[in-house]
Amino acid sequence: MQRYSAFAVAREALRHHRGWGRAWGAPEPKAHYDTVIVGAGGHGLATAYWLGKRFGIRDVAVIEKGWLGGGNTGRNTTIIRSNYLQDPSAAIYEKSRALYETMSQDINYNVMFSPRGVMMLAQTEHEVRGYRRTAQANALQGVETQFISPRRVKELCPILNIDGPRYPVLGALWQPRGGTARHDAVAWGYARACSDMGMDVIQQCEVTAVRSEAGQVTGIETTRGTIGCGRLGIVVAGHSGVLADMAGFRLPIESVALQALVSEPIKPCMDVVVMANTVHGYMSQSDKGEMVIGGGADGYNNYTQRGSFHHIEETVRALVETFPMISRLKMLRQWGGIVDMTGDRSPIISRTPLGGCYINCGWGTGGFKAIPGSGWAMAELMAKGASPLAEAFTLDRFRQGRFIDESVAAGVAH
Amino acid sequence: MSIRLNSGGRRIDRDRVLRYRFNGRDMAGFAGDTLASALLGAGQTLMGRSFKYHRPRGVVASGPEEPNALMGVGEGARFEPNQRAPATPLHEGLVAVSQNHWPSLERDVGAVNTALARFLPAGFYYKTFTWPRAFWKHVYEPFIRRSAGLGRPPEEADADRYEHFNIRTDVVVIGGGIAGLTAARLAAEAGLEVLLIEQDTIWGGRAPVDGVEIDGNPAQAWVDDTVAALAAMPNVRLRLGTMAAGIYDHGYLLAYERVADRPDSSGAPRHRLWRVRARRIVTATGAIERPLSFACNDVPGVMLAGAVRDYLVDYGVSPGDRTVIVTNNDDAYRTAIALHRAGLSVPAIVDARPEIAGALPEEARQLGLTILPGTGIAKVKGGRQVTGVALCQQGGDGAVTQEIACDAVAMSGGWSPVVHLWSHCGGKLIWDAEQAHFRPDPDRAPTGADGRGFVVTAGAASGALRADAALSDAAAAADRVLTALDQTAGDASPPRADVPSEAPLAPVWMMPQRAGADLRAKMWLDFQNDVKVSDVRLAAQEGFTSVEHAKRYTTLGMATDQGKLSNINGLAVLADARGDAIPQVGTTTFRPPYVPISMGSIAGEARGDLFQPIRRTPLHDWHEGQGARWEPVGQWRRPYTYLREGEGVKDAVNREILNTRSNVGLLDASTLGKIVVKGPDAGRFLDMLYTNMMSTLKVGRCRYGLMCSENGFLMDDGVVARLSEDTFLCHTTTGGADRIHAHMEEWLQTEWWTWKVWIANLTEHYAQIAVVGPKARTLLERLGGMDLSRDALPFMGWADGTLGGLPVRVYRISFSGELSYEIAVPAGQGRALWDRLLSEGADLGVMPYGTEALHVMRAEKGFIMIGDETDGTVIPQDLGLDWAISKKKDDYLGKRAQARPHMTDPDRWTLVGLETESGAVLPEGAYAVAEGTNANGQRRTQGRVTSTYYSPTLDRGIAMGLVWRGPERLGEVLTFPKVDGTPVRARIVSPVFYDPKGEKQDV
Repeated sequence: MQRYSAFAVAREALRHHRGWGRAWGAPEPKAHYDTVIVGAGGHGLATAYWLGKRFGIRDVAVIEKGWLGGGNTGRNTTIIRSNYLQDPSAAIYEKSRALYETMSQDINYNVMFSPRGVMMLAQTEHEVRGYRRTAQANALQGVETQFISPRRVKELCPILNIDGPRYPVLGALWQPRGGTARHDAVAWGYARACSDMGMDVIQQCEVTAVRSEAGQVTGIETTRGTIGCGRLGIVVAGHSGVLADMAGFRLPIESVALQALVSEPIKPCMDVVVMANTVHGYMSQSDKGEMVIGGGADGYNNYTQRGSFHHIEETVRALVETFPMISRLKMLRQWGGIVDMTGDRSPIISRTPLGGCYINCGWGTGGFKAIPGSGWAMAELMAKGASPLAEAFTLDRFRQGRFIDESVAAGVAH
Repeated sequence: MSIRLNSGGRRIDRDRVLRYRFNGRDMAGFAGDTLASALLGAGQTLMGRSFKYHRPRGVVASGPEEPNALMGVGEGARFEPNQRAPATPLHEGLVAVSQNHWPSLERDVGAVNTALARFLPAGFYYKTFTWPRAFWKHVYEPFIRRSAGLGRPPEEADADRYEHFNIRTDVVVIGGGIAGLTAARLAAEAGLEVLLIEQDTIWGGRAPVDGVEIDGNPAQAWVDDTVAALAAMPNVRLRLGTMAAGIYDHGYLLAYERVADRPDSSGAPRHRLWRVRARRIVTATGAIERPLSFACNDVPGVMLAGAVRDYLVDYGVSPGDRTVIVTNNDDAYRTAIALHRAGLSVPAIVDARPEIAGALPEEARQLGLTILPGTGIAKVKGGRQVTGVALCQQGGDGAVTQEIACDAVAMSGGWSPVVHLWSHCGGKLIWDAEQAHFRPDPDRAPTGADGRGFVVTAGAASGALRADAALSDAAAAADRVLTALDQTAGDASPPRADVPSEAPLAPVWMMPQRAGADLRAKMWLDFQNDVKVSDVRLAAQEGFTSVEHAKRYTTLGMATDQGKLSNINGLAVLADARGDAIPQVGTTTFRPPYVPISMGSIAGEARGDLFQPIRRTPLHDWHEGQGARWEPVGQWRRPYTYLREGEGVKDAVNREILNTRSNVGLLDASTLGKIVVKGPDAGRFLDMLYTNMMSTLKVGRCRYGLMCSENGFLMDDGVVARLSEDTFLCHTTTGGADRIHAHMEEWLQTEWWTWKVWIANLTEHYAQIAVVGPKARTLLERLGGMDLSRDALPFMGWADGTLGGLPVRVYRISFSGELSYEIAVPAGQGRALWDRLLSEGADLGVMPYGTEALHVMRAEKGFIMIGDETDGTVIPQDLGLDWAISKKKDDYLGKRAQARPHMTDPDRWTLVGLETESGAVLPEGAYAVAEGTNANGQRRTQGRVTSTYYSPTLDRGIAMGLVWRGPERLGEVLTFPKVDGTPVRARIVSPVFYDPKGEKQDV
């Protein structure tokens, strides 16, 4: 692999950057791979990456219908946190957060993980109690969080109006090592690292059928031909139900459009990520200077990745109330991403009824933060048949009633 | 240097001078000027700095697509960054500052990035800044953040107000140029209701600037006549200064009206957001001119040819004394001719086409202008201002053939239809090779619910760039709308334009065609974001060949103009680097809004007190007058406690509890949900909703009921009263009222629609007051009017009657363990009842209590609270509420789910009471630890605190909690570490701390 560094950039500058090669290959699909991952988003690529890094499984293809990183990896609001309430959630999100800390160095690609701190505002007595409980749980889970006072909230985020007439800020759950990262770079960096390990990342290749024999997966049909495999990982977020249908099983998943927007860029005025769940909105400022804003998902199921306006109004209203100065900023762009929601709002990382076929989906509105940890667990599951991080997230938990419900800790789509 | 001419300027009024300030300097312009035209007129060519390299920049366009001339406008609570100078009307006293520089616009240290540009190509930051690890957050990123961004953030809350309009109309026509006016006129003449909006502050679009003649008259005269005719029609609404921001599913359109964007607005809203439902939408949004990619095409003084014409004709401003024209099409000759006729020098028309034959070039030739065919610009000379151009063969590699001194360059790479709105909602594009642009494919329009297209394009927005074609296209668009809406055409006949013929353009995506790396690294595509031809080629070289990858890697099209100027040129460069045709590369996605809109306008009036209107009980004002400390609960506010002079919150709560337990307390319970369920099937319906059997409840009686979700989890609780054989009144929690009402309706409407049941939410119809405590009956008897003795109204009964002359319904229910009546009166009489209770009970010690006292008293009694003991993961069986689950019913919501293996697992955490050994209060939300850690290294736990309070009744801490096999383990001591790890030991006890036999409530 061509190593990236300041020195390399300087060297290339002297020859007009003619020496840079492709970040990842553009291979033709082979007839057979040991393992095929469907979906070259963050989760799929991270799965492939850890299969190679941790388990030496490198005869791997990652198949992508469109362009890699073009689903929710490329359209989320880049928040990374692990202040979850339930043990299984805290474990996988904290693993993920910890992996983000060193990702840039691990894959020699600057994903710009910035632990600028995430705060979730408590604006009702009920929320205060909920976040105090989360802080208690996090302390036992090894997740560094604390419940902070309104004054500390104001110090950390001076543009926040803590004395709003409707919902004064009563405190916040603060995770100092939460933050943001550059979403596209996560997909690109992983794709480059996978490609470097000899894996094939194949774009513009849509899966049309899953092949099996005697209950065991044997391969997939794609728009670029048949590809055989011994193991199949389905990691396609919004379209998981479509793939599961091809593989012959059903998922407890609904797909809805989650709405987001950015403002025009301004000079830095907000160092932390703020989530205001009572009023339903969250905001951070990107390195480019845009205020990155999200809030609600559409109330109906669909697959169109389009922005709708009702939730945008609700979210902006909430944030103008919380951050009065943004009233005179302008919305630059709004968009929607299709999120796959399970009944308990927790993911599925599981074996499936089809032998050799594994699924990783259901991250709903919180998938970006989970990318490295999700890949870590999924790779372990596919390589070893079990993973402690994935253990609770089985598909059959819905039949057993063994839900991992985070609704008490996160009342907002995030 | 740019200059105001002594004459000309159809939009300005030279008799009205407006004074304004720019970067602290006093300036003057004319009424009708934009900020950009005023600055140009004052010789201020330098207007801003670019995003990445801090290059000096001047205005390049004449509309809201401007990427360079962004300003901070206003002061204090009216300051707004990133205003587009060409779309900012000048007003008296306007204050503007340029952006993204330090210490000043003229001397910006950030410009050092220009010198380093070679080391900062597309995506360089992904390849570096990774060592040492901590430096990203503490060194690199703060530096990058400071140098990025554009304007400075506003500091104060916005002083202006905003509002929303909602309208329905048959047709919205977007764009008040000649095509939009034509389409609007034809639709209106046919009798349709029409809304015509135009983002500019005048009608007519480009035609009057271009000297078009329509039906034998100058375009301006035709525009004036048409607008007058439209204004006279009752079925037409006209709005200037109103931009269509986005088109959404099912004909939903968002329009953004800048009503009074100035400080002296005398109360008018600053912006108005129109939320429009239209049966058909006509986009007559015109076209935007493309820049040409030649080296140093970003130097101030290089402008779009159409913009040069606009400034000249509209504002009497010339960008320079000597303007070189560079083009690949005939249209730019109009600029050359206009400049020449204004007496300005046009040293050369540099035309990339080898053969030049059109009528406009011929006219230019006859005026004596020099035309250089097959020629391109090798490089623009100058730093903060154009000083000349070096010319070369367009087909060559940039060898300079001659140099021409000039102070402005007018460039035209052809025109691209504005396809954004068409594309927002799924309209598809086709590549028009002849005109080298994407245009809407009429066969693949955005479709509505009926599967038919609901957007029609008209004029230049369709790709019909010339005025004659635009008018006939607009007439055809109107025809399509009329056909779609089954309307017959009116009498008006479509207008015709007379324009000279134009020769085809030659696609030119790079100038010169074989430019080397040195030149390519100086050809700007995206001006604001500093994306150059070399960057897009580098992206392709590194495998970022998907148009979305190239965009994201280089940031092409991600600036505040969202690629309006740069996109097509960038796509062409990418296509060339890939070896593909442009249509194979495709476009990036067009997203709303078309031009950025203020957050204030999106929020509308919903701010401050109107953000979420507070719901008030009939007693709200009384509470406020009595020192209520408020707690938001849903949209209500409830008194948390009533503070007396000099009293702390805890003291007040304790006082209220002790008084209620020994005398009598009053609680405003009006916020509790009150939902009437009525009909022959009401009992059957409630049997499905509640875990209890409600159909057997006797008229006159009350029953405490539990509601579960389909997944079996407890979602709400409350007392149900049977009012008559077919009528039940269901009380819900305060926060649950609307949710439960919707839940009921959903099941009724989607699953049991044949059942005869009707539901009404009467929450606000009644004031409800809980009269609680041993002296409650005494107090009520003093009011008189009905028999409230134990025999007449036993525990869990209700009765209608009068109290103190007021019509009441009295429920004998208790959430505190005391003798308790909940009294409902019509909302309008709530205050009267409350006042009577206070006055009659003065000597009994009557005293109101708030929600915290309510919570403590119910916890003392071991009553669960939805949201405390439940969190969406708890089933009634966890809470020892099996008694409330009917065993006789075949089904209820949640029954099947509660039979799942994990739900019946004896290892579930179940409800107990907890008492610390020291008597202290357990920390909120604390967990009971077990031995060791799990496979993920987390401390094992065996229970948690759900409610914890100081009980003044018992003078010690009490708590409820869910504990592994809890009720089997009474007497065991658990350890609950605080967040800091300090252990707190607590014993498992019964959750009923007060009056375990229930003797006090049933007296």
